[in-house]
Amino acid sequence: MSELLDLTAAQTAASLRAGEVSTDELFDHSRARAANDDLGAFLWVAEDAPPPVSAQAPLAGVPLAVKDIFCAEGVPSTSGSRILEGYRPAYTATVVERLAAAGAPMVGKTNMDEFAMGSSNENSAYGPVRNPWDRERVPGGSSGGSAAAVAAGIAPWAIGTDTGGSIRQPASLCGLVGLKPTYGSVSRYGMIAFASSLDQAGPITRDVTDAALLFRHMVGRDPCDSTSLDHPEEIELPQADRLDGLRFGVPPELSGEGIEPGVLTVLKDVLGRVEHLGGTVNETRLPHSPHGLSAYYVLAPAEASANLARYDGVRYGLRAGNGDLLSMYEHTRAEGFGDEVKRRIMLGTYALSSGYYDAYYGRAQRVRTKIVADFASAFESCDFVITPTSPSVAFRIGERTGDPLAMYLSDYCAVPASLAGLPAISIPGGLSEGLPVGIQLVGPAFSENRLLQAAHALEGAIAFPTGPPPT
Amino acid sequence: MSSVADRAYEPVIGLEIHVQLSTRTKMFCGCALSFGEEPNTRTCPVCLGHPGTLPVVNAEAVHYGLMIGLALDCELAPRSIFHRKNYFYPDLPKGYQVSQYDIPLAAGGRLGDVRIHRVHLEEDAAKLVHSGASGRIHGAEGSVVDFNRGGTPLVEIVSEPDIRSASEAAEWLRLLRATLRRIGVSDVNMEEGSLRCDANVSIRPAGEATLGTKAELKNMNSFRFIERGIEAEIARQEAIVRAGESVVQETLHFDPASGALTPLRSKEEAHDYRYFPEPDLVPVAPTEAMVGRAREALPELPAARAARFERELGLSSDTARLLSFRGELGDYYEEALGAARADGGADPTALASWVTVELVPRLPDGDPSASRVRPDALARLVSMVGAKRVSGSAAKEVLTAMAEDGGDPEAIVAERGLAMTDSADLGAVVDQALAANAAAVAQYRAGKEKALGAIVGAVMRETKGRADGGAVRELILERLSQ
Ligand SMILES: [Zn+2]
Repeated sequence: MSELLDLTAAQTAASLRAGEVSTDELFDHSRARAANDDLGAFLWVAEDAPPPVSAQAPLAGVPLAVKDIFCAEGVPSTSGSRILEGYRPAYTATVVERLAAAGAPMVGKTNMDEFAMGSSNENSAYGPVRNPWDRERVPGGSSGGSAAAVAAGIAPWAIGTDTGGSIRQPASLCGLVGLKPTYGSVSRYGMIAFASSLDQAGPITRDVTDAALLFRHMVGRDPCDSTSLDHPEEIELPQADRLDGLRFGVPPELSGEGIEPGVLTVLKDVLGRVEHLGGTVNETRLPHSPHGLSAYYVLAPAEASANLARYDGVRYGLRAGNGDLLSMYEHTRAEGFGDEVKRRIMLGTYALSSGYYDAYYGRAQRVRTKIVADFASAFESCDFVITPTSPSVAFRIGERTGDPLAMYLSDYCAVPASLAGLPAISIPGGLSEGLPVGIQLVGPAFSENRLLQAAHALEGAIAFPTGPPPT
Repeated sequence: MSSVADRAYEPVIGLEIHVQLSTRTKMFCGCALSFGEEPNTRTCPVCLGHPGTLPVVNAEAVHYGLMIGLALDCELAPRSIFHRKNYFYPDLPKGYQVSQYDIPLAAGGRLGDVRIHRVHLEEDAAKLVHSGASGRIHGAEGSVVDFNRGGTPLVEIVSEPDIRSASEAAEWLRLLRATLRRIGVSDVNMEEGSLRCDANVSIRPAGEATLGTKAELKNMNSFRFIERGIEAEIARQEAIVRAGESVVQETLHFDPASGALTPLRSKEEAHDYRYFPEPDLVPVAPTEAMVGRAREALPELPAARAARFERELGLSSDTARLLSFRGELGDYYEEALGAARADGGADPTALASWVTVELVPRLPDGDPSASRVRPDALARLVSMVGAKRVSGSAAKEVLTAMAEDGGDPEAIVAERGLAMTDSADLGAVVDQALAANAAAVAQYRAGKEKALGAIVGAVMRETKGRADGGAVRELILERLSQ
């Protein structure tokens, strides 16, 4: 049984279909592991078995770990924040509902940086998450609990959300595959908002096939999300093992200065494999991408400052203060929000203030437009942009907590694709100092099928182990 | 050179009107609109601002918005966008109001003599109820929120500052209300808050083109209060300027009880709304089909109807406006007119005056559709008056009877013996009256025209009002000239 949870989800599904194990047994086993998790990955674990799932359902009853940012009816959903402690939504997020309907029942809610603001999971109000590769290190963030749960073999797969790297960076730091889909391809309804124009849900899995399988059942227009769209293509399970004719562009802006040497070594190795598989590698410029992080840290906090205004103590969640309206607002928010959330609310409020709007929000939007244009021109001469996912391997718990800027730099390579709304996948490229290094592929909007095919071919050549980390 | 004190000042007034649309559901969720239900029974996670929820634009609200834009002769924006207007208040569940800001649904229109600056869509706030003596949030013992109203679709209509007096403002607002009622997009009830009006008021030396500093007047929930509020504000500003001081830009709360204008606390006013484009919504981009549907849904509008009544039927401007601004009265009138034309009777002007002057006071709750007087019956009664088959005063008696018990004018006239005295009988009565009033006849013949009245009066007394005054007069003159 234990070995089952070390398999990929697709392999587990095959065992379920073959009747080697029942869906109930598997769910119970995963639930027991989640309940005994000592990584801090889970904030809530299912108490009861889910409604019966047929092994013939598309996802065969393979249990799913769900980031605590997704609302689930009657289930605590806190987004990692004290301000939502005890909050149980009256409805379920579209993505969670779709995946459950396809046969992936929710086994637990995973820990995360508060309101998805962070790159190490240290901003959770409910404690940090440990990286199964090295328990003194962070799993990345903000979807750190989801990544740790999958990497440790607690859940076969998980969903997370990515605003500026929150799926890809933890996938990279935990040796997993993480897909951030094209903006709008997955419904945001029921995902507790951080920055609405950037937030996207996506899979965190052990291999590319699992990512495709899960993503296939997440996509599609949702009448409850006006910004969602139908994906123009059916999502296929990738089979490719060659990269013939595919052009990979390496932007010097995202693969030089500021990137750890060990990470660059892995990138170089992966580029060698690209050529070996028949692909070509060329330099491609993304001249405005170095400004991406600054633009991101204006736009995301600006949207967050409005998105988080609803946590006022009036209707749900924490209420503090002496009964006076202003006191209720001030104390509820002072006690309910952590430091990083407060920092970003203040940044965002400032950026939108009269007299500063154009200098900050307006200018950041113009940078965003230029980054969109950079990618468009890059894709005239290449099929994919390839970069490291994170400038470094997993860092030590506490190492960057005193230095927000150093923390923000964790998303330096991930943020440009978020700003451009483009699909990006992180796959394990190898190890540096014994820790996983993720490589990111970015493609044009709605190119997920091609992205997954290319990632699948590379994955085969890299042969990174899909089991739990060596102990 | 005139001094400040005796210079003439001209008020400059612009109105901002909020209209609750009578759509089936709220602006951004599927909740039904509320009409006095139990508090918080018309709510859902979306309009309560729960985490993770998203707005979806109500297509019917866009349709109504386009109808309003077209009815007000506006240019429709090919792509209008929603913004977030950020401020904290317990009646605002998301901490921001979703409202159109720099690109409204429609702009640059006109209604009557007043230009329309813009027309935009937004959502209404919830309702706060404060317990305690003040009735307002400051000093309240406690406050509760009813979210039933929260998220109701609103259209905000902003006029250009083209209005020059308080009465003009009220008159124009009546036209706007009649127009909105006619196109059927709102209940436009000021007491219930489905039509709310704020006014921007400033004054300037008569004849100058530059605008003075304006004050914004809020909370005027009837036409009377609007007139009184604006009048009070004009007087207040004139007094300030005549005293050599300057008007300060501020928002004033009108207290209908005292007629006083009190400034809202500056804290409530000093908002930086930090507008930015609502990332949860895509632009509203009306297709040709949507605009076509909105255009087709428009009935004839009150202003156009009034003009048609004047032009085609020769009604006076006041009567035409009365009939068109109260659409149901206009509908009644047109139905009666149709019936009259079918049997070749009733003059449009006479019929209009019977509807507006005689029928209106006899209407139950002012509602013609609830009246027992059928439009065709009124038309026949007016024809009978025109044909001198019944006198005006007798016809009023018939109308009263019809308003009480319904029925047919001919039957009532016959039953009550109100038919006009015919000319042969009338001739005899006149001859009798001339004989009996020899003195008056002599005075008339001596050039005292007024003396005629006594003879006419005698005839009318004798016929108990069933004779036509004009005909009696003519007949007397005829006899006297023989
Ligand atoms: Zn609702």
